[in-house]
Amino acid sequence: MQNDWFYIGLFLVIGLLIPVSALLASWIVSPKKPNPIKQSTYECGMETVGENWVQFKAQYYIFALVFLVFDVETVFLFPWAVSLGSLSLFAVIEGIVFVLILLAGLVYAWRKGMLEWV
Amino acid sequence: MNFWFDPVNFIAHWLNSLLVGWGMAEWLAALIIQLVGVVVLISLMMVFDVFLVWVERKVVARFQDRLGPNRVGPFGIFQPFADIIKLIIKEDITPDGADKVVYNLAPILSLMSVLLLWAIVPLAPVIFGVDLNVGALYIVAAGSIGTLSIIMAAWSSNNKYALIGAFRQVAVLISFEIPMIATMLIPTILAGSMGMNEIVRGQQTVWYVVLAPLAALTFLIAAIAELGRSPFDLNEAESEIVAGFHIEYTGMKFGLFYAGELLHAFTFGGFWAVLFLGGYHFFGLENLGPLVAVVILFAKAMFGYWVIMWIRYTVMRMRIDHMLAFNWKFLTPVAFVVLMLTALMNTLLRNTSSVVYIAGMLLTNVLLCWIIVEILRGFSRAERERTEGVASATVAAHH
Amino acid sequence: MTAMQIFFLITGLVILGSALMVVTTRNLIHAALWLIVTLFGVAVLYAILNASFLAVVQVVVYIGAIAILFIFAVMLTRKEMRDRGPQLNKGWWLNAIIALLTFGGLFWMLQSWNGFSKTAADFPSGYDAVGQLGRALISPDAFVLPFEVASVLLLAALVGAVYIAFNRK
Repeated sequence: MQNDWFYIGLFLVIGLLIPVSALLASWIVSPKKPNPIKQSTYECGMETVGENWVQFKAQYYIFALVFLVFDVETVFLFPWAVSLGSLSLFAVIEGIVFVLILLAGLVYAWRKGMLEWV
Repeated sequence: MNFWFDPVNFIAHWLNSLLVGWGMAEWLAALIIQLVGVVVLISLMMVFDVFLVWVERKVVARFQDRLGPNRVGPFGIFQPFADIIKLIIKEDITPDGADKVVYNLAPILSLMSVLLLWAIVPLAPVIFGVDLNVGALYIVAAGSIGTLSIIMAAWSSNNKYALIGAFRQVAVLISFEIPMIATMLIPTILAGSMGMNEIVRGQQTVWYVVLAPLAALTFLIAAIAELGRSPFDLNEAESEIVAGFHIEYTGMKFGLFYAGELLHAFTFGGFWAVLFLGGYHFFGLENLGPLVAVVILFAKAMFGYWVIMWIRYTVMRMRIDHMLAFNWKFLTPVAFVVLMLTALMNTLLRNTSSVVYIAGMLLTNVLLCWIIVEILRGFSRAERERTEGVASATVAAHH
Repeated sequence: MTAMQIFFLITGLVILGSALMVVTTRNLIHAALWLIVTLFGVAVLYAILNASFLAVVQVVVYIGAIAILFIFAVMLTRKEMRDRGPQLNKGWWLNAIIALLTFGGLFWMLQSWNGFSKTAADFPSGYDAVGQLGRALISPDAFVLPFEVASVLLLAALVGAVYIAFNRK
């Protein structure tokens, strides 16, 4: 069809079918003998100690936030980059201003200690 | 229409006339031909993936000064088949408390996200899946599906080691996406389009690694981190958290994760070749025929894969806080500065002769590299003086 | 029915179904995963309309960043992943009436619009959508000011995140 994405849709469907068929082959052939020791949670060969829940460090959320801001920024930069070949110096300066404002944000987050792991 | 110079269209035309001759409707024949194309491409990549397992094991053996698999078949070439048979007949143990649907979906999504990438790789001037004009962002989108599958795998395993490994892995993956996207902007600027075909066509005269070597290096580093391979492989930190997010996966499910990871590494070797090393161009040899171009591209992708393997088996693993500091405090600012400078120099030198252009871009990169090294030397000198100042103070106190 | 209409109907049903699952399922992580299915359905809608750039941006930003942020937020704040309380709040019948009235009003307004029976015009061949978008974003009589203000907005979001997250340190 004339739509490029139809081909990618077909790719998605076949790409789902291949691993599914591999798993199906394994399910048909493999033995199935569940017992409670095999199915217990893995903790280097010992019985599990403590609950099955870890306190999630808040730092992961901070990194995800900073990543989100920069991700949206780079998405804005893509149309600018594509059309740069036919544009004047003024357009390049505008894009550079865009990037500089966000680099200032990165330096601010760095100085405030937001990019530390501990 | 010739088979040698246009194989895909030749076969499609032949199949079309065959199917329509049997009385099938036109649209159904077109659909079946597209389906055949997709199945052939994916099957080829899966078979190649099996070959990659053998390559990986032989290369790691040679780096470690041993022989590698050499019993099963000549040079051990049937070893991966033995591995696949072993993985298929292993029992599939689902831990209790695991969330069945999500647990089974995660390895499928992980492999699917890698296979999706091969739809846009230009294998030859006339052999490619689809000429998508947003190829660069499509790569990032497929990568984010892979990131999601890691979270799904870890959470559904009901295991705290899996959760710890996965959170760290996802934090590294999302952090290193920023320099990767920023350096992917540079071939986009130089070629004037996001589509992979256009980027390869733009490298007909000079490869982009000559025009922007710093960008190629940054993309390689960010891509190695995106693959989850050493030196950024906290996921498989075997001495620390055993196997990270795929602790609780056995048998073929683990096989899907492993095969997906190797194919992912080869795919990013391929994208490094397409974006920076000229794709299927090789001093005019690709004009001999599309199949020659495919061989050239695969050779360059193997070279990229070999560099990635070389780095993996040479460098030690980095600690998580060092990794994240390296990304946010060094790689991201460097990537953005390279982007700004490349855009500026491209516009200033655009209308000059090609020798001046190439020399100008190369010189800018070399200059930037020298400035970065000088800044780093300044930092390390200050650090050394600080620690040596403390040491000499304690030495003085002892006397 | 053309193929495009069939695809649109299937995608629409998937989006509505998964959105319903987001608000009714009790397990929070399952709700986040159903949200990802909804967002992916919207990306499929963009792809059907041939808006390639929007489709990939939807996956990259929404699924690759915002959905992961949601999942991190849920895991950070909740030890118990299941919603224990009642599913419906006290005045649910009043909310249902208001929702139905809104839907009826929108339906009545839109049924006199003749745009539903028109098919979308195809792009002229070789139309460079992303290039046109780029030119629009930086030309002084198009959208350059919103473009720069967007970066200031992102900076404000970053500063706000630093302030809120580090208030206690």
